[in-house]
Amino acid sequence: MYEFTYSKASSVDDAVDQFGAAEDGKYMSGGMTLLPTLKQRLARPSDVIDLAQVPDMAGIEVSGGTVSIKAMTRHAVVAASEDVRGAIPALAKLAGGIGDPMVRNRGTIGGSIANNDPAADYPSSVVGLGATIQTNKREIAPDDFFLDLFETALEEGEIITKITYPVPDRAGYMKFPNPASRYCIVGVMVSQKGSDVRVGVTGAGACAFRVPEMEDALASSFTPDAVADIKIPDGDLNSDIHASSEYRAHLVTVMAKRAVAEAIA
Amino acid sequence: MSVKFSFTINGKSVEGESEDRTLLVQYIREHLGLTGTHVGCDTTQCGCCTVHINGIPMKSCTMLAVQADGCEVTTIEGLAQDGELHPMQAAFRENHALQCGFCTPGMVMSAIGIVDRHKGEKLDEKTVRHELEGNICRCTGYHNIVKAILAASEVMNEAQ
Ligand SMILES: Cc1cc2nc3c(=O)[nH]c(=O)nc-3n(C[C@H](O)[C@H](O)[C@H](O)COP(=O)(O)OP(=O)(O)OC[C@H]3O[C@@H](n4cnc5c(N)ncnc54)[C@H](O)[C@@H]3O)c2cc1C
Ligand code: FES
Ligand code: FES
Repeated sequence: MYEFTYSKASSVDDAVDQFGAAEDGKYMSGGMTLLPTLKQRLARPSDVIDLAQVPDMAGIEVSGGTVSIKAMTRHAVVAASEDVRGAIPALAKLAGGIGDPMVRNRGTIGGSIANNDPAADYPSSVVGLGATIQTNKREIAPDDFFLDLFETALEEGEIITKITYPVPDRAGYMKFPNPASRYCIVGVMVSQKGSDVRVGVTGAGACAFRVPEMEDALASSFTPDAVADIKIPDGDLNSDIHASSEYRAHLVTVMAKRAVAEAIA
Repeated sequence: MSVKFSFTINGKSVEGESEDRTLLVQYIREHLGLTGTHVGCDTTQCGCCTVHINGIPMKSCTMLAVQADGCEVTTIEGLAQDGELHPMQAAFRENHALQCGFCTPGMVMSAIGIVDRHKGEKLDEKTVRHELEGNICRCTGYHNIVKAILAASEVMNEAQ
């Protein structure tokens, strides 16, 4: 690791001030992405500003048909939460499938969404469940947040404080994990809330995206068969040593089918 | 640059100072001389460095020393009480759950986490194998490790 100056933020405003004063600041939540990146010397921030001590940054609230998860909430806490399991079991399952137990004991939802790794799990839930991202400045709509590879709508120094999920009538999540890292080769979150159907895909493209053709088919018949013959074009999909773009396109259909089957089970 | 912090490790309090970028595992091994906690990778995948922070297993290679400020840290050296092995350590010995032993400290610390997460439940092999995802062993093929954890979980649940 290159040298940096570490500091603890005492509040969101304090974090923003420290970020503004730093030459090249980086926030840290769980550090489960940031520290491996620094260890590989892939980044060289002047300052690392720790959000872990900010009061009221973690916790889960269920009310009025929504589940709100504060940014510093660890994956293990979401996975084990009776509230989340009761309201959106697919979301608890998603959190419980991230990495391994030790990664889940430190990694946070805010860090995962801010980081926007193309193979991360949580982005599919934002798009596939229609979650609103609350920051220190504004609310960002689910379809406006993920822009491109590791690129989000967050501005310099903007901090995610909370993610609010509408509770769907039903939802399912399926991922095909990379056998070594457990990141998604492809992950699909499907949900239905009244006549509103969402299909959120992660792992396949530069960032999470929806599949309108599958959503239309599911709106008329919410069954695995409805999506079984829908293939997405592989032209823009990721291709690497783990899976070709054609294979990823194929997996999107298979995972969508299984996610629907889970949602209606 | 340097930072100051304090935490307890295996029940003893430490007033520490290190470079800002010093990893917890480096501090434990090189400054405190507790070399039972190992480093087996640089990608946060092998689990050899697992310690307990406030009773919860975490990878000490992916935490800064200063992030343990105010916490209770337990390493493999802190498990045995009055010369008596922890039931998980005893089960590893009993079931021949190690060969070279490099992964063992991390395995034991993670394994205790598995039993803790399923307090009072009867653990099954599938759960244990699944929850060992964050620990890599190059020698044993995991079979006896799983056996040891299942055996220890019975002893630990009885003791509660
Ligand atoms: C071995 C291993 C396996 C993993 N497997 C998976 C997996 O299967 N699926 C998966 O989805 N992920 C996986 N991860 C990643 C893990 O989920 C991370 O915890 C997560 O991606 C980042 O969360 P964090 O809290 O650790 O963020 P950090 O590492 O602290 O931060 C990540 C980035 O987000 C920024 N940031 C953090 N918090 C905020 C905030 N509140 N507002 C704005 N910006 C912020 C930071 O500045 C940094 O750029 C894995 C990680 C490891 C090490
Ligand atoms: S040394 Fe920490 S996970 Fe490998
Ligand atoms: S006993 Fe040798 S690595 Fe596990």
